[in-house]
Amino acid sequence: MRGFLKFVKKETLHILRDSRTMLIALLMPVVQILLFGFAISTEVNNVNVAVVVPKWSEDIRQCVTKLAANPYTTYKGSIAEHDIDRYLRSGHADAIVFFAHDYDNIIQQWKTNATGNPSKQFIMDASNTNVAQAGAGYLSNILTGELQQSASLVETHMLFNPQMKSAFNFVPGIMGMVFILICAILTSVSIVREKETGTMDVLLVSPVRPLNIILAKLVPYFALSCINLTSILLLAHYMLEIPLTGNLASIIIVSLVYLVLSLSLGLLVSTVAKTQVVALLVSAAVMLMPIVMLSGMMFPIENMPAVLQPVSAIVPARWYIDAMRKLMIQGAPFGLIMKDFVILVVMTLGLLTVALKNFKDKLE
Amino acid sequence: MKANDTTQYIIQVKELTKQFGTFTAVDHISFNVKCGEIFGFLGANGAGKTTAMRMLCGLSYPTSGSGTVAGFDVVKEGEKIKRHIGYMSQRFSLYDDLTVMENMELFGGIYGVKSRPLRERATSMLERLDFQGEKDTLVGSLPLGWKQKLAFVVATLHQPDIVFLDEPTGGVDPITRRQFWEMIYEASSQGTTIFVTTHYMDEAEYCHRVSMMVDGKIKALDSPQNLKKQFDATSMDEVFRTIARGAQRGD
Amino acid sequence: MSTNPLAIEVNNISKSYGTIMALDNVSLSVKRGEIFGLIGPDGAGKTTLFKILVTLLNADAGTALVDGLDVVKDYRKIRSRVGYMPGKFSLYPDLSIEENMEFFATLFGVTVEQNYDLVAPIYKQIEPFKKRRAGRLSGGMKQKLALSCALIHKPSVLFLDEPTTGVDSVSRSEFWDMLHGLKQQGLSILVSTPYMDEASRCDHIALCNSGHVLDIDTPQHMVEKFDGALYAIKSSHMFKLLKDLRSLNTVSNCYTAGEYHHLLAGNSFDAKQLVQKLTTQGHKDVELKGIVPDIEDVFIKLLSNES
Repeated sequence: MRGFLKFVKKETLHILRDSRTMLIALLMPVVQILLFGFAISTEVNNVNVAVVVPKWSEDIRQCVTKLAANPYTTYKGSIAEHDIDRYLRSGHADAIVFFAHDYDNIIQQWKTNATGNPSKQFIMDASNTNVAQAGAGYLSNILTGELQQSASLVETHMLFNPQMKSAFNFVPGIMGMVFILICAILTSVSIVREKETGTMDVLLVSPVRPLNIILAKLVPYFALSCINLTSILLLAHYMLEIPLTGNLASIIIVSLVYLVLSLSLGLLVSTVAKTQVVALLVSAAVMLMPIVMLSGMMFPIENMPAVLQPVSAIVPARWYIDAMRKLMIQGAPFGLIMKDFVILVVMTLGLLTVALKNFKDKLE
Repeated sequence: MKANDTTQYIIQVKELTKQFGTFTAVDHISFNVKCGEIFGFLGANGAGKTTAMRMLCGLSYPTSGSGTVAGFDVVKEGEKIKRHIGYMSQRFSLYDDLTVMENMELFGGIYGVKSRPLRERATSMLERLDFQGEKDTLVGSLPLGWKQKLAFVVATLHQPDIVFLDEPTGGVDPITRRQFWEMIYEASSQGTTIFVTTHYMDEAEYCHRVSMMVDGKIKALDSPQNLKKQFDATSMDEVFRTIARGAQRGD
Repeated sequence: MSTNPLAIEVNNISKSYGTIMALDNVSLSVKRGEIFGLIGPDGAGKTTLFKILVTLLNADAGTALVDGLDVVKDYRKIRSRVGYMPGKFSLYPDLSIEENMEFFATLFGVTVEQNYDLVAPIYKQIEPFKKRRAGRLSGGMKQKLALSCALIHKPSVLFLDEPTTGVDSVSRSEFWDMLHGLKQQGLSILVSTPYMDEASRCDHIALCNSGHVLDIDTPQHMVEKFDGALYAIKSSHMFKLLKDLRSLNTVSNCYTAGEYHHLLAGNSFDAKQLVQKLTTQGHKDVELKGIVPDIEDVFIKLLSNES
C-alpha cells in the first residue's frame, strides 16, 4: 500500500509539473460551460419584423403594439408592399407580417358571429431555418393571442425549461464530453508517453504488477475529474440557474460511474497506441467525434437516420447525457434513469475487463 | 569559388559569441577553415558545438562577433549561406517513405538544381556507389549504413563549396564508417570543404585539422599529429581527455 | 541465489520481426562477476537480446537463463533480480534526482537508505544536485542517475544497453571506471556498445553484426589470434594511396584508419618493394610500419571473411 501511494504521488507530480496541461484540464470545462451558457445559444432572439398594412385599424394597431413590445421580436416599422423583397434581401427584416386588405372587416365579422378567417400572411427569410421556424412560431403565438376567445386555438406549455434556454441542454452534453477528454485522452497519453520514453520498459522489468502501475496512473486523473465535476455542477447551479432539483446524489453517482468508464477507455487506447500522437488521434477519432455527432449532445437521436440510431447506442456518452438531462433538468427520480445507469455500469465493467486483459507485462 | 573569395579561407570567424540570457553558449571563438580542408569540430557534451554550427549554417544569429562562410556574412547573409552549403545530420537525413530517387529529386529541387542536371548527377553518383539498382527502393527499407552514405550524396547534390556533417557516422559499423570517410576524402580531394563533428575520437585522426571546444571556448586547434605531439599523447582520445577533463558544463 | 556459475546463459536464441532476422541462432555465456561486452553497430541485435534477457520479449527459438532462472518460465523471479538500463536514458525528466531515486526504490520494494552503500560511489557525485530535475542534467549526470536507479535494489545481474552512446569520451571513460567499481562488488554486468574502443574495458566480448555473433573471446586473445600481418601506411596523397593499394594483388585488404591507412598483407607481400613502387607512382613521404591490430581491425577482418 505504501508503494501504491508512492506511485500515486509520482503520477500527481507529473500532472502538477505539467502546469499548462493541468490548467487546460481545469479551465476547459469552465470555459465551455460559460461559452455555451452565455455566448453560444441556439435560441432565436430579436427576430426583425416589419408589417405591411394596406389599411390601418384599431385591431391592427393593437397587433403591432404587441409585436413591438415582445422581447423576442424587434419591430422595424411599416413598409409598402413592393418593398417586401428589398427588406428581406437586405436583412433589414427576418419576417414580414402582411395584413389582408379586408382584415378589419373579417375580424369584425369573426368577432360578432365567429365565422370567416381573419388572415395574416407571414413572409419569412428562410435562409436560416432556425430563425424562420422559431420566428414563425413567435409570430403566430403573439398574433393569435389577441384572439383568446378562439376555441380552436392550441395552447402550448413548455415544461421543465420554460424559457427553452439552450444551456440546459448543453450542460449534460459538455459533461459527457469533458470527462472523456480529461480521463480518456490524458490517461492514454500519459501511459503511452512512458512507452515512448522507455520508462515503461523499466517499470515492466520490476517485480511490481502491471495492475498496480495502471491503477496508480488512474487515481490522479480520477481526482482531477472530480474537481471538474464539482466546478461544473457549481457553475450549472449558481450561474446558469439549473435547478439540479434534489437529485444531487444521483447525479454524482452516475457521473462517477461515467468517470471510471472514461478512464477504462483511456486505458484501452493506451494498450493499442504505441506513440502519443497515435493515442491522441485515436482518442479524438474514436471518442470525441461520436460524442459530438452521435450522443444526442448536438443533434437529437430521434432525428438521426435509422442506420445511425443503433450506432449511437454504443456511444457511452449517449446514455450518460440522457441520464443527466433527466436528472438535472427534469428532476427525475433515480428509477427513471435505471436503464441508462445499468447500461453504463455494464459498459464500464466490460471496457475495464478488456483494457486490463489487453495490458500485457511483455512487449509486442 | 565565389568571385569575392579573395582569400584561401572558406570559413573565417572572429570572436563569434552566442548568449542565451546570462548563459554564454559560444564564447568568443575565432578560427579559419581552408578551402578543401577536412576540419574536425570536436568538443565535450554541451561545449557549444551545435550552437556554433547553427550560426555557421545561417540558422541562428550571433550575439556578437563576425564571420564569413563561403564568402557570405554570417550576420547579414544567412539566407545566402544556406544556399551555398550542404548539411547532413545523424538525426535527420532522408525521408523514409520516399524512394532513393525521390529523395534526391526533392533535396536537389530544394537547392534549386534544374531537373536535367539533377537526374544526370544523381544517376552518376548512384553508379559510383554501385547503387543504381536501388534507386526506386524506399529509403526506410535500406540498412542504416546505406542511408548515411545516401544522405551524404544528397547533401552534396547541389555541389556546395562546403558540407557540414553533424555526427554523420553514429551507430554505423566500422566498414561502412570507413566507406563513409572515403567519400569524404574523395569530396575533399575534389575541392569540397568538409566541416565535421563526431564522438568517435579515432575519426578525429582523419581530419586535416581539428578544433576542440570546452565550455564554449576553443581550447586547441591544430593538425592531429601536432596535437598529439603537443600533449605528448599517442591518440586523439588522450588529447581530448586531457583537454576536456576540466570541463564545467554538460548538455 | 542459485549456485549456477553462470550469470547469463544464452542458447541458440533466434528472433525475427516480420522478414527481418534480428537475432540468428545466438549463444553466449556470462560468468559471475565479469563484465561482458556486446559490441556491434546499430542493427546487430543488441537491444533485442537485452529485451529477451530482461523478460520483456519472448524469443522465437532457443533458451536463456539469467541468474540460473529461465527467462520464460521464471520471468517474475528474474524481474526482481536484474537491473536494467534501456537504450535511452529512461528517467522521468520532470522529477528531481531524489524523486527518481525514491520512485525506483519503491518500484523494487526497497528504500534508498537500505542499499545506499552499493550506489554511494556513483550517487554521491550527483547527490549535491538532488533537487534538480532529471531533464536538466548533463549527459554524464543523467548517466550516473540512470545507473544509480538501476542499482538501487541491489540486483545480481546488471543489463546496460548502450549506456555510453552519444556521450563524450571523458564521460564514457568515467562510466567504465564506475562499472569496474561495481564489478569489484561482485556484480555481473552485460553491457552493449557501438564504440569498439570500449572493448578493452570488458573481460569478455562478443562482436556482433546484423543478428550474428562473429566471435566471442577476451579482448586480448581476440587481437592475438588475428592472423596476417597488418601495416599502417601513409603518404602525401592519401586518397590516391587508397586506390593504388587496392589495385595491388599483394595487398589483401586496405582501408582508411585516420592519419594512416591500414593494410592487410597478402601473398608475397614485400614492404620495401611496395614503398618503391608507390614512390614511382608519384607518392611522396611514404611511411610504412607494422602494427598490432585493434578490435576494429579484428571486426573488419571478421566481417570481410563473412561476405
